[in-house]
Amino acid sequence: MKSVEFQAIYIMWLRQMKRFVRSKSRLVSSIVKPLFFLFIIGSGFRVATFEGVDDYLSFLAPGIIAMAILFSSMFTGISVLWDKQFGFLQEVLVAPVSRFSIIIGRTLGGATVALIQGFIILLIALGLGVKISGVFGLLLTFVFMILIAFTAVGFGLVLASKMEDFQGFQLIMNLLIMPLLFLSSAFFPVTANPTMKTISSFNPLFYRVDGLRGSLIIDTATVNPPLLDLLVVLVVCIIMMGLGSYFFSKSEV
Amino acid sequence: MDIIKTNNLTKNFDDLTAVDTISFSVKKGEIFGFLGPNGAGKTTTIKMLTTLLHPTKGSAEVAGFDIIGARDKVRRNIGVVFQEPALDIELTGRENLEYHARMYGLSRDKRKTRIEDVLNLVDLEDKKNVLVKNYSGGMKRRLEIARGLMHYPTVLFLDEPTLGLDAQTRRAIWNYIGKMNKEEGTTIFLTTHYMDEADFLCDRIGIIDHGSILVIDSVTNLKNSVGNDVITLSCSDMVKLVKRLEEESWISNIEQHDSFVTLGVEKGEEKIPVIIEIAQSLNIRIKSISVRKPTLDDVFLHFTGRTMRDQEATNTTRSAPPRFHGRMR
Ligand SMILES: Nc1ncnc2c1ncn2[C@@H]1O[C@H](COP(=O)(O)OP(=O)(O)OP(=O)(O)O)[C@@H](O)[C@H]1O
Ligand SMILES: [Mg+2]
Repeated sequence: MKSVEFQAIYIMWLRQMKRFVRSKSRLVSSIVKPLFFLFIIGSGFRVATFEGVDDYLSFLAPGIIAMAILFSSMFTGISVLWDKQFGFLQEVLVAPVSRFSIIIGRTLGGATVALIQGFIILLIALGLGVKISGVFGLLLTFVFMILIAFTAVGFGLVLASKMEDFQGFQLIMNLLIMPLLFLSSAFFPVTANPTMKTISSFNPLFYRVDGLRGSLIIDTATVNPPLLDLLVVLVVCIIMMGLGSYFFSKSEV
Repeated sequence: MDIIKTNNLTKNFDDLTAVDTISFSVKKGEIFGFLGPNGAGKTTTIKMLTTLLHPTKGSAEVAGFDIIGARDKVRRNIGVVFQEPALDIELTGRENLEYHARMYGLSRDKRKTRIEDVLNLVDLEDKKNVLVKNYSGGMKRRLEIARGLMHYPTVLFLDEPTLGLDAQTRRAIWNYIGKMNKEEGTTIFLTTHYMDEADFLCDRIGIIDHGSILVIDSVTNLKNSVGNDVITLSCSDMVKLVKRLEEESWISNIEQHDSFVTLGVEKGEEKIPVIIEIAQSLNIRIKSISVRKPTLDDVFLHFTGRTMRDQEATNTTRSAPPRFHGRMR
């Protein structure tokens, strides 16, 4: 690969980072919102007992981490729409670098931002006494976090290329992502109800949450072994990234 | 040598033909202007030539490379300043330039000196560390022009470079453009709907309307085609007078408009008494009469039959939904 392609990747990454650091409101809300979920849902459901869940906070924490990474990364993908509206996309698209490098840079930038948020929540969860497994588990957790981020950026890119404005994005969030998230076992186990369990097995978010939980938390009841989840998550990730870069490379302004 | 060459280039948006089988060429080192009213198809042409839009039909070459088959090579040879702002407003001016320089593969040393150079050129040296969202419209435009010429493009595309700027800034930008063209030998393709801009800057001009090119020629030739001098007059019975004047062979062209008539003639001052005499013999009262050198307005009028302003009024009703434009007019 030529060095100008690396430059493009680096620039796209740097841009995401700078924008993230400079946007105080995004910085704050991206951390406060998940914490809000962690505390409110955490204290609300703590009194309920779920089959196979001893420590609800340890159950919930991976779900919230997955959610934070998911939202943040989707935002990065979808923010191509901003660039379109503010015209900056044109500048990017006439540059003599491959669109693939642009995608990679943007994805890495989005993923870095999302991982920072994920780790902050992880640290807070640790402080709250969530019981995590060993080094291998943490490494696997890291892999899941990266894959979740990449997949969500890819999905965001697909949405951005299919939509003209942000209203459509709201619709997708409310009618697709939120239900999928609730059926992903992020907030409560889906195993108790057989229909729900069947539905979950078609829910790509389910494998991400289940895998993240299985690798991060010690002694927890997950549906699938983490490595099986990993396989599914990896395949979905490759497909999403492929679709995202395909649609992006076709984009005209 | 032709640095841009198009061959029946066409772009349709659904059932609207925005650019209609245009063929033209631009020579290396010249400043070529596309002059046309709103909705004429100028931006669409630029977007095709800069590889942002796929032509529906036809082909084009820029700097010797095909805009469809060799997009990357085309991109490497061009600089573009878009009609709508294309800056990252969350970054500073210097960062915008820095990012651009890296994407175009300038080395570290080159980047540094070049950024200084272009910032000085557009007088933004003291604003370089300010976030672009705090720039004024004119400052943003200057930054974009600076960015467009940073990487020594072979061809620089400027889509309405001075739209919405004050007179002083326009002058300054014209000077930069002229300087670029002379000192760095950059070929410049610009679009505008300002006659004075085209007149001041361009070597050759194409008049485009409704997606078609009406005429392409040098500014001087275009003006001469209207006549050496233009006489504008209004009178009590225009129809009758025009009919009579059409018999006179010394009038190279006559155009009747709503409230006035223009005549293309040689030695205009000497023709005024003659015209007044003719009018008097027909009992027509001349209300006003004047003579001047032809301008591009006359050229435009001659080829489209209307003034630019009339044309824009009809085009705005023609072009279906009004499009959002980022820049204030
Ligand atoms: N993406 C698009 N989708 C549909 N129609 C479009 C699109 N872009 C341009 N058009 C139409 O194509 C025609 C030519 O537009 P274009 O932007 O090329 O005009 P222009 O000469 O640049 O005008 P202006 O001086 O206003 O910038 C217009 O009628 C416009 O409405
Ligand atoms: Mg335009």
